[in-house]
Amino acid sequence: MDFIAIINLALGELVSPITATFVLCAIGLSVHFGFTGLLNFGQAAFAAVGAYGMAIAILTFDAPLWLAVIAGMVASVLFALVLGIPTLRLRADYLAIVTIATSEVFRYLMTTIGFAEVTGGSNGLSQFGAEFWALNPIPAGPTYGFGPFSYRNDQLYMIVVAWTLVIVGALILRLLMRSPWGRVLKGIREDEDAVRSLGKDVFAYKLQALIIGGLFASLGGMVFVINLSNVQPQSWGTTFTFLIWTVLLLGGAATILGPIAGGMAFFAIISITQGVMGGLVNLGWLPFLTQPQVGQIRFILIGLSLMLLVIFRPQGMFGNKKELQFNG
Amino acid sequence: MANVSENDQIAIGTAGPGCKKVDPILVATGVVRQFGGLRAVDVAHVEIPRGKITALIGPNGAGKTTFFNLLTGFDKPDEGTWSFEGKDLAGVPSFKVARLGMIRTFQLTKALSLLTVIENMRLGAQEQPGENFLTALIRPLWRKREAEITAKADALLGRFKLDAKREDYAASLSGGQRKLLEMARALMSDPKLVMLDEPMAGVNPALTQSLLEHIKDLKSNGTTVLFVEHDMHMVRHISDWVIVMAEGKVVAEGPPATVMKDQAVIDAYLGAHHDTDLGTVGSKTVATDTATLKSTAKETD
Repeated sequence: MDFIAIINLALGELVSPITATFVLCAIGLSVHFGFTGLLNFGQAAFAAVGAYGMAIAILTFDAPLWLAVIAGMVASVLFALVLGIPTLRLRADYLAIVTIATSEVFRYLMTTIGFAEVTGGSNGLSQFGAEFWALNPIPAGPTYGFGPFSYRNDQLYMIVVAWTLVIVGALILRLLMRSPWGRVLKGIREDEDAVRSLGKDVFAYKLQALIIGGLFASLGGMVFVINLSNVQPQSWGTTFTFLIWTVLLLGGAATILGPIAGGMAFFAIISITQGVMGGLVNLGWLPFLTQPQVGQIRFILIGLSLMLLVIFRPQGMFGNKKELQFNG
Repeated sequence: MANVSENDQIAIGTAGPGCKKVDPILVATGVVRQFGGLRAVDVAHVEIPRGKITALIGPNGAGKTTFFNLLTGFDKPDEGTWSFEGKDLAGVPSFKVARLGMIRTFQLTKALSLLTVIENMRLGAQEQPGENFLTALIRPLWRKREAEITAKADALLGRFKLDAKREDYAASLSGGQRKLLEMARALMSDPKLVMLDEPMAGVNPALTQSLLEHIKDLKSNGTTVLFVEHDMHMVRHISDWVIVMAEGKVVAEGPPATVMKDQAVIDAYLGAHHDTDLGTVGSKTVATDTATLKSTAKETD
């Protein structure tokens, strides 16, 4: 087994655009769940709305990239309003059910043949990235970086853009959560009625939180599809949402650095388990497993670790245990 | 202690259910709330006098808390009108009621457990521009107001003897301290009317006296207080006016000394033990000189 290769792959995952995607989505989810207490199980839909919004603006309306990005963000705000206005008066657990359902509804709408002309149906959309790649200021040439972090110019460009968004997002989150606005959100997480009795418009705050968190996810979705250079409806299933949850809970739900550290740790661990288990199968040490099963087993282990995490370390890597406990 | 001359200034004419007040701050008329077949609240008319401490008493299930919820917008009545300082409150959501200067507390204390004590206090303040999403991003726009709020919060925490707990999570406070915190938090916005739902419930006797003092302080600062309480001793000790509810209706009203003797009240609420209750220093009574309390109790009888 080539441990150097396994470690290198894992290190590469730390800064990959996929990791950045989930970190952005997890930052958004931390606004929803960690700070406001909204149990949103439809975060994948926010990412999908952003991704489709951008891709459709480019492909159907010939919008320039900047406008397409704004279109994706506007779409996610509208989605938050449509989702939030009827549901934010619900109790937390019912909100969870509604968000997961809405997310699936959106995914099936994108898959349906009726809208295929615009959404690409089950084939999805592609070839919307030309302007993004044309904007790459990094000259082509030898690889940049060192060791496991060696990239072509386009790879480096994608990474820089994705992680710049993450850093800006984390800074905005930090500003917001240290402000009186963030204080109201945390108050709502603790007890809505108490905050209401102090003269705060709880519904408006919850709606704002849903919008802000959704915006982060929509940017994550855009990074995701530009990196893959296509939008596939089946990407945005519940697995996408649960990966975001795992990333968030691993790092710590009510923290600024939690989503970042959680995302990096999660994808590095995934990569290592894949490498090690794959290696063991090749060596014949795990005779009951085949190579394709390794990929499946990993997700079983992720589910298990998510359960253990919530039970034994609800605050994640960075959280303050006192501040976040699932049993209240 | 309520006395006769003061009572004369509260009500116009004879004290009785629904009587007019000289200077009402809160007026409710025909407020009805039905839960299925049960008329939980059915108040024909009631006025709360401004600048006084009014107690709302009644047996369990009399509709006191429901009436509180209706007045503060936490529940909607089936019919009726009610107004605060002449402003009609029907259909006004609870947070707007609070902004008008009518702040309530809850029977089951709602301290925001995983916020620190000082953050709990700051949340009680009004007019913090930083609570607006866009302003929140630009610290200079709200830093000055935040400093004012913090100074005020610290002063209140000092008054309520919670200053040592400033940085602790509210979850770590005792039940009585949470009651104190909730009351202090309610005062952050300088309310005109404070509505306390069972401020003494679950409070350790050592804290009772200071809570009572705080409520009296409120009155001397010009704040109107309306409170629900089961502890007759406290009602007697600090209230200027007592409103008695039973089965959703206001059955009696008047100064404490008079109301306690009202046959309707005795029937509805105090029952056969009313004399013994008043004189006894129970688990929740004031931790001052027992003899003084007993003598005041006799005095008002």
